[in-house]
Amino acid sequence: MLGFVFRRFLSAIPTLFVVITISFFLMRLAPGGPFDLERPLEAKIMENLQRAYGLDLPLHEQYLRYLGNLLRGDLGPSFFMRDFSVAQILMQGLPVSMALGGGAILLALILGATLGAYAAMRQNTGADHAVVGFATAGVTIPNFVVAPILQIVFGLSLAWLPVGGWNDGAIRNVILPVIVLALPQIAVVARMTRAAMIETLRADHIRTLRSLGLGARHVAEHGLRAALLPVVSYLGPTAAALLTGSVVVETIFGLPGIGRYFVEGALNRDYTLVMGTVVVVAVFVLVFNLIVDILYALLDPRVRYE
Amino acid sequence: MSIAGNSLWIDARTRLLRNRAATASLAMLILLAFACVFGPMLGGNAYDRVYPDYVRVPPSLQAQPTEDLIAPAVERIASRLRARATDISRVGDALKIVLEAPRAIDERSLAFFERSDLFEVARVMSREDGGKRLIVDVPLERNYFFFGTDGNGRDLLARTLIAGRVSLAIGLLATFVAISIGVVYGAVAGFAGGRIDALMMRAVDVLYSLPFIFFVIMLVVFFGRNFVLMFIAVGAVEWLDMARIVRGQTLSLKRREFVAAAETLGVSAAGILTRHIVPNTLGPVVVYTTLLVPKVILLESFLSFLGLGVQEPMTSWGVLIADGARNIQGNTHLLVFPAIFLTTTLFCLNFLGDGLRDALDPRDR
Repeated sequence: MLGFVFRRFLSAIPTLFVVITISFFLMRLAPGGPFDLERPLEAKIMENLQRAYGLDLPLHEQYLRYLGNLLRGDLGPSFFMRDFSVAQILMQGLPVSMALGGGAILLALILGATLGAYAAMRQNTGADHAVVGFATAGVTIPNFVVAPILQIVFGLSLAWLPVGGWNDGAIRNVILPVIVLALPQIAVVARMTRAAMIETLRADHIRTLRSLGLGARHVAEHGLRAALLPVVSYLGPTAAALLTGSVVVETIFGLPGIGRYFVEGALNRDYTLVMGTVVVVAVFVLVFNLIVDILYALLDPRVRYE
Repeated sequence: MSIAGNSLWIDARTRLLRNRAATASLAMLILLAFACVFGPMLGGNAYDRVYPDYVRVPPSLQAQPTEDLIAPAVERIASRLRARATDISRVGDALKIVLEAPRAIDERSLAFFERSDLFEVARVMSREDGGKRLIVDVPLERNYFFFGTDGNGRDLLARTLIAGRVSLAIGLLATFVAISIGVVYGAVAGFAGGRIDALMMRAVDVLYSLPFIFFVIMLVVFFGRNFVLMFIAVGAVEWLDMARIVRGQTLSLKRREFVAAAETLGVSAAGILTRHIVPNTLGPVVVYTTLLVPKVILLESFLSFLGLGVQEPMTSWGVLIADGARNIQGNTHLLVFPAIFLTTTLFCLNFLGDGLRDALDPRDR
């Protein structure tokens, strides 16, 4: 088991390296620079700034230097948010994004799997159609439509919850963003669980259980275990994406997560901040793929670590 | 009596037409597309015409100006004429206004009526008191804002329809770009096989692991905020799934007898690809296309929502929704109408895609 985890971990390193390399050069080849202001800086000041941040070196040297710093865990200073290092910015934003994303993932897994299993057990009834309809709506209605509507209903009309803001993670502030993040995932998980469950319920081992006289509850338990396999492999990358923040949700609700840094950083040419975010996201994706592999092996005894 | 064999496509069409949700969606989509393409030509308000006197007018089926708008507008113009409107009475579609001032009123200034969005050219009916008292006849300028107007006083109906043109055009063109790249790439990789295949698919894997939003934003940064280049950028990001699907199909197709026959007859690799491989992958490609269009429209809306997409005065559903989201307090119509159009389109495309998948996928029969 440990050997398997270790080997998978090692095989992730080249991918991470390629991602970092592509992002680095893509970012640098983009026209414009971090110090291009509306009113151009004086040539001498510009030169000094470039030198201070090491931007005057040839590109390949900058690249090697960045890799070296990265190996030592140094993500560099932010170009745009002066006086902050990228590590500081990310350490401030990441807990916010992770709290929101974590809540959304939990909600999606619990509600989605329950709804999907419920619908599958009652295939082609009204309840089933309702779940399928909800799932289609959840997938198609974009989050930047859902978010303002929830703000109108619960924030303005009913005035139950605040319209936005982080407020040190108060539960009241977190509810709406988590729901917005979770809705499409609940829909997808419900759809996948339903489809997989319908297939599993036709499988031989379930028929055997039924013929042995087991109640619907036990049948559902056994069916769900097998049906959750595709859901687990879907939730891996999704969890990584959710935990590293959503631009839209953070913008609409005014939350200080790291999702916004991608957009802001790329537009401001804040090279180090964008690279830092890319590294964090890539590491999350790789770690969660690893977790999925391990979970898969735990859920499905046929999968063995070679 | 001869028995005609049904081709895959005829079979699929019958199955699709039997699927009520899919046919209803198809009809709805055609209707929407017609409305967006031809609606703005019917001579309503122009999408970029600014009506400074109609800012954030709520949606209404009645002609503007409504009664409550007239009096303040007349007051405003009267004060610019240094006069007071002592009597306003309505005669059909025109107003009879009595203007009084301490000094003679400059009649050239009556042009202020025409300049307003509410009135047509004012005509002097009678002068009294040496021009200190004027009775003018002012026809009302009739305007309809069925969806209301936005924060700049532009007709939301016209803007929603124009936005639909843009969103649908981007959806279709970006999908076309993505499908073209994906089909060619996948077919070549699958047909070449061996090391070339491994290398090409490795590249796809790497692109998959790049943070997607970052990639899109970088492309937008590279190409500038350009309308045409944007959907090429979107298409360039969305081809990965297509490449995988087509490659998988090609791998199984190239071992079939008809490919072997073509090879023995000396058909070139390019000939086999275009004549035998690609046409046979069309089923899944069609299904994936209908599911990709809503994805692309959503992506474009998302980019426009962030301010990276279509630029003013051009507009798309994403731009309108972003604008609506910023003005939700008291102006819900700005969000509701574009959101209804966008979600209806996405819904229909998804139902149509599901229907096509059921119709074309023989395994689910």
